[in-house]
Amino acid sequence: MTGVVAVLITTFLASAVEAIEMVTIVVGVGATRGWRSTLIGAASGFGVLAMVVVVLGAALSQVPIGPLRLIVGALLLTFGLQWFRKGIMRVAARGLAGIGGQDPHETAEWTGPGMDWTAWFLSFKGVVLEGLEVAFIAVTFGAGSNQLGAAVVGGVGALVIIGAIGFSLHQTVRRIPRSLLQLIVGVLLSTFGSFWAIEGLGIEWPGGDAAIPGLLVLYAATALTYITLERNRALGLRPAA
Amino acid sequence: MRPPLSWIVAIARFLYEFIVGDDWTMAAAVAIGLMLTAVLNVNHIVAWWLIPLIVVSMLGISLRRASRKAR
Repeated sequence: MTGVVAVLITTFLASAVEAIEMVTIVVGVGATRGWRSTLIGAASGFGVLAMVVVVLGAALSQVPIGPLRLIVGALLLTFGLQWFRKGIMRVAARGLAGIGGQDPHETAEWTGPGMDWTAWFLSFKGVVLEGLEVAFIAVTFGAGSNQLGAAVVGGVGALVIIGAIGFSLHQTVRRIPRSLLQLIVGVLLSTFGSFWAIEGLGIEWPGGDAAIPGLLVLYAATALTYITLERNRALGLRPAA
Repeated sequence: MRPPLSWIVAIARFLYEFIVGDDWTMAAAVAIGLMLTAVLNVNHIVAWWLIPLIVVSMLGISLRRASRKAR
């Protein structure tokens, strides 16, 4: 069974990547259009997410562990490879830069009575879309490792911590190197996804659970190699074949 | 309110873009790799190495394709 610490760290980091975007959207909308409608929209989004986690978690707990590991492993590997690839491209291109740039939702401040539905919707949409990705990672990772509680704690922990940073120091959140975080999480999800998918097929890895650090080293070395190649290609030191 | 079918299509599109993303060949390679691994296992051939090999190879291929598209 995958350790609690590994589950906590992986789901925390993966959730942090999405939490940065979520907080940037909510704080950006709140700062420009007012906080009341924005926070109500965010709270509504979190309510929807809580229901999704409960339903998904309950559904996944009914599936036998072998097929569950195969499905969850395949999904995590597929999704993890996306972030793995994008992380390599972004780190190669931008290094440790944060999100930077302007707030994506700079609009005029709301001065009317009642609910500002634009602010509510922007905040609700940001929380739900980014939060669904956190929920997906937490539930699938938790189900695959049989540590759903730890995965949820990791996910919620990241949202709370990044949220607290974001509300007190908005610019700091935007400077967190999201691309590097995305790459690290892509490597982690690809590692665990590969491990569980193969275990789900009833195949034993050499060394059992000790294969996980081996896979991690292989994929991390792959990332470093491809980042170097991409940088050299961008600098014109190596022609694109 | 949008018809229910539009919501289903929107959710399916969201899930596809979220899980598969902008390079479907990587998802296809994972699926084919897992199927091949299962077939080899059934024939008593040790095949845990196939998925890591596919991951490393497909990343390189996808990155090269993305670089060419960017030029």
